[in-house]
Amino acid sequence: MGSGPGEHLHVEGDTVLHALPPHVKLVGLVAFVLGVVAVPSHAHRVLAALLALAVGLVLLTRVPARHVLPRLAVETPFAVFAVVLPFVAVGPRVALGPVSVSQAGLTAAVALLLKGTTGVLAAVTFAVTTRPRDLVRALQHLRLPDPLVLIASFMVRYVDVVADQLRRMRVARASRGFSARSVRAWPVLAAGTGALFIRSYERGERVHLAMVSRGWSGRLPVTAPLEASPRDWLLGLTPALVAAGCAVAATMAT
Amino acid sequence: MTPLEVAVHVPDGFLDAPTSVTTGVAAAAVVGASLVRAARHELDDRTAPLAGLVAVFVFAAQMVNFPVGAGTSGHLLGAALAAVLVGPATATLCLTVVLAVQAFLFADGGVTALGTNVLLMGTVAVWVGYLVARGVLALLPRRPASIPAAAACGALVSVPVAALAFVGLYALGGAAPIPLDQLAGAMVGWHVLIGIGEAVITFLAVSSIVAARPDLVHAARGRLPELTLKTPEPVA
Repeated sequence: MGSGPGEHLHVEGDTVLHALPPHVKLVGLVAFVLGVVAVPSHAHRVLAALLALAVGLVLLTRVPARHVLPRLAVETPFAVFAVVLPFVAVGPRVALGPVSVSQAGLTAAVALLLKGTTGVLAAVTFAVTTRPRDLVRALQHLRLPDPLVLIASFMVRYVDVVADQLRRMRVARASRGFSARSVRAWPVLAAGTGALFIRSYERGERVHLAMVSRGWSGRLPVTAPLEASPRDWLLGLTPALVAAGCAVAATMAT
Repeated sequence: MTPLEVAVHVPDGFLDAPTSVTTGVAAAAVVGASLVRAARHELDDRTAPLAGLVAVFVFAAQMVNFPVGAGTSGHLLGAALAAVLVGPATATLCLTVVLAVQAFLFADGGVTALGTNVLLMGTVAVWVGYLVARGVLALLPRRPASIPAAAACGALVSVPVAALAFVGLYALGGAAPIPLDQLAGAMVGWHVLIGIGEAVITFLAVSSIVAARPDLVHAARGRLPELTLKTPEPVA
């Protein structure tokens, strides 16, 4: 399994980051990563410092490392790309041990790994400190169009239900002697995917009827509006301000 | 088993900041247009729960591992499948939400690359898959059996075209100078293989849905035999 809803990243806690309002964290996350991406590729030290800042943020959440480290595996395809990059990129070449590689490719590869890892760690920090429900509230507070908020809210609400259904289907297959080893298993797995669509859709129909019978008007009510003090905003945007400062300084220095 | 993750979730730092911001704005425009179109042609305000459950389905379907052999496995991307099942605008909205939830709650796919991913997966792959499927459907005989074949063609084309779109974005704001013809060749070659797998899975999945609930398949609208009420003659 690559990523599963069974592996929700969120961990309850009472740290500063857990206590920040979710919409502040969401804005802070996007602004921080945007700042990191804006740092010029050759400024490796600046990028390493921002990576250290992201590591510090993860440590601030006080979650165990074994909870966070497997998440870095999502980077694997791009780490492979970064390793290949120095060999295929064009431009002046430098010697790196016994082989000669492209200077520009090497610079970009190191920057790519640093920026990618920083981005994943920042997103992990957000994910472990924010409940899925609070992400939806944050999106609603930030005036995302209603249909998207609704789709997102149903997604976080039913993802475990549908994943459980998927698990039951897998157990049912396994208990009948099925094991997916080769391409010959595809018709069974694909038919299972089709069945999952029909079951999801029919569940949607039932949920809709149940909501209508309880007075659904087409809009999610806001029961507890989100609020943020200027101090919250300052705290949430500090990493972003640091990253933006680094990006400007590194750009000016060249 | 090592899941063979494919280049579908562009991470942070792959494209430079101006390109990331531009793709974000473009993606927002596409999502806005999809909201209008979905409301007009595919969904009404009552059916948000359905779209939500379709988004959950796309998310869950991406977790089913299809063994390729030698211990590796691939998984469905589902853009063309979603477009054929629920229509392109709804599919764009569902994939946008799936990509956002993956980026924010699972740290999968860069936060600043969300716009890029929505453009590639949620727009290019969805619409190419849908239009190719519609085109093929127009050529094939009007039978329910034509629908899975058309969906498979859409899936086959959608993956390499999305990869080619990625190469285009890389040409605009990529991290390092790579000879673009080589990058395009490698990306398209690799993604044709992925597209073949996607086409086979899409064909099989759509076949099973058309067999059980053809009324749920958006691309099948107007192509199914009219249901007629048959009342047997009363036995005297």
